[in-house]
Amino acid sequence: MKKLLAAVLLLGAAASARAGDLLITGAGATFPFPLYSRWFSDYNKLHPALKFNYQSIGSGGGIKQITEGTVDFGASDAPMTDAELAKAPGIQHIPTVLGAVVVTYNAPVKDLKLTGETLSRVFLGKIAKWNDPAIARDNPGVRLPDQAIAVVHRSDGSGTTAIFTDYLAKVSPEWKAGPGAGKSVRWPVGLGAKGNEGVTGMVKQTPGAVGYVELAYANQNHLEMASLKNRDGHFVKPSIQSTSEAAAGVRMPADYRVSITDAAGRNAYPIASFTYLLVHRDTRDAAKGTALVQFLSWAVHQGQAAAAPLDYAPLPKKVVEQVTATIKTLTVQGKHVSLASQH
Amino acid sequence: MNRSPAAPLPRVSGGAARSAHGPNLGDRAWSGLLGLLGGAVLLIVGVVVLALVHVARPALKAGAGTFVSSSDWDPVSGSFGALPFIYGTVVTSVVAILVAVPISVGLALFLQEMGPRKLRPVVSFGIETLAAIPSVIYGLWGLFVLVPALRDHLEPFLGRTLGFLPVFRGAPIGLGYLAAGLILAVMILPTIASVTTEVLKTVPASLKEGALALGATRWEAIRMAILPYSRAGILGATLLGLGRALGETMAVTMVIGNSPTISPSLFAAGYSLPAVIANEFAEATGDVHTGALAGLALVLFGVSLILNSAARLLVRMVASGPSRAVAS
Repeated sequence: MKKLLAAVLLLGAAASARAGDLLITGAGATFPFPLYSRWFSDYNKLHPALKFNYQSIGSGGGIKQITEGTVDFGASDAPMTDAELAKAPGIQHIPTVLGAVVVTYNAPVKDLKLTGETLSRVFLGKIAKWNDPAIARDNPGVRLPDQAIAVVHRSDGSGTTAIFTDYLAKVSPEWKAGPGAGKSVRWPVGLGAKGNEGVTGMVKQTPGAVGYVELAYANQNHLEMASLKNRDGHFVKPSIQSTSEAAAGVRMPADYRVSITDAAGRNAYPIASFTYLLVHRDTRDAAKGTALVQFLSWAVHQGQAAAAPLDYAPLPKKVVEQVTATIKTLTVQGKHVSLASQH
Repeated sequence: MNRSPAAPLPRVSGGAARSAHGPNLGDRAWSGLLGLLGGAVLLIVGVVVLALVHVARPALKAGAGTFVSSSDWDPVSGSFGALPFIYGTVVTSVVAILVAVPISVGLALFLQEMGPRKLRPVVSFGIETLAAIPSVIYGLWGLFVLVPALRDHLEPFLGRTLGFLPVFRGAPIGLGYLAAGLILAVMILPTIASVTTEVLKTVPASLKEGALALGATRWEAIRMAILPYSRAGILGATLLGLGRALGETMAVTMVIGNSPTISPSLFAAGYSLPAVIANEFAEATGDVHTGALAGLALVLFGVSLILNSAARLLVRMVASGPSRAVAS
């Protein structure tokens, strides 16, 4: 019996630590988790000796862990702030895909259209009824019900809220001065619900409700989505294409820390955002660093094909080119990594 | 949020009692071990408080008094006040106690004194099942069943009939203090009912029989003999329920509306201490925000401590008299 036990233990140990196996650990954003786990599994098939372990603990946790050096890479929906970067010098943001936030509602109105101004006033509590003149102006010829608007927002700190409020702060000076932008803000009106599923549930249950959720979640659950007027003056329906468009018209800084809400471009959807992987510009561990840089290159090229089927918006071509150049500057022990075998 | 239950534990004094016959190594080791375990509890509490104070320090710079008395919670501008959360926690717990205690005592009396013998195991099985349901399930049930019922029926009804009271004014939105209080009432009901049942079992038969022999009806026997005897125990049971209500997180956050405001109306949306910690901790931005949340944890600790001490005091006061101190 003892011998058997020992044999089993040995076998287990051997299986978990096969010679030459490399484990890269990461932590962070929950939003891109479905896509990342797909990438890790696909990449593992190409490189069987390389395994990823990704904990989707939230963007804040991802930034904390990469700063403390407990993981090999972090992931965040919002770019790191200057204060956060000061604590973690040598971190490079690598945008991987884009997400968008959509306005969902529960009212007998088909194809609702909203301007940023109207939307901000709804969330400020200044517009309280569906048949308000401002909403009527955005939706000419549509019969609007005489119904109270119930605002629903996220109660948990969230990147979705950060993107949404960032947009509202850009289009409304009043919002900027009032609640402002952040992962948790002081909402002037409305009910708080936890997670995309909580907001969706509450919107579906409450007649006259308006809320915001991620595009991927809204697509998968076939939610009613409002078209928003973009910077160029066109009403744009949220979609994967219009989200990618939002990144095309933005002048990209070298560190990619940029907000792309209210972006220019005829078909750009105005509430979009990058999601990032956070890596060290120079890695000490040769094996891990090389593998990670090669993976990043794979992710922004071949990996992009997996994005749309999972409801993420792929990076536009222009951005891919720029990110490719950035990845080439990443070093391992001060030396550049050869990516020749990849392309 | 675990409070020591009402069960009277025998004091460990064996070592001392037997020391007259010479030192007994086994006994001494045993009492030493138990002392260590008892001390460990205090140590853990101390470490938790110290850690919270350490994390909370950046948020308490303006002074703990301002933190507790301010009602402004604005993570973007970095101003944090705990008052709306304290208010929500206390109000929902009070609603829960007010609703749950009469029902639980009634249930316990039914189980122990009045109910047909055949029905009793069925009812007590039902109570035990309630206790086993995870809180997230209560939350979902609250969100999908209780909240629409409150919004469409109970709250409009209360507004029509008792609307002259400020607590029953305002638009019926379903989510809010009332929904959270009612969910909590259902959640703490099994605790209070089962402990009260145990307490009622300790009432001596001679007491009941004496009352009945003197010509009391069953109701009079309950009112004059059974309830006075067990009131300390029932208060102890309430205390246990209160402990659970104060600390409950998941179910409350799903139905309270999560709005850091203070409103006299039970129909309004509010927020509670554990709910805001659970909601915002994972993505708190900056040391001050994290610190403020740790500060809220300290406040919750304090609120529990104050309410518990008050309740214990009450138990002690009530326990004097004919009843036994079951829960002190």
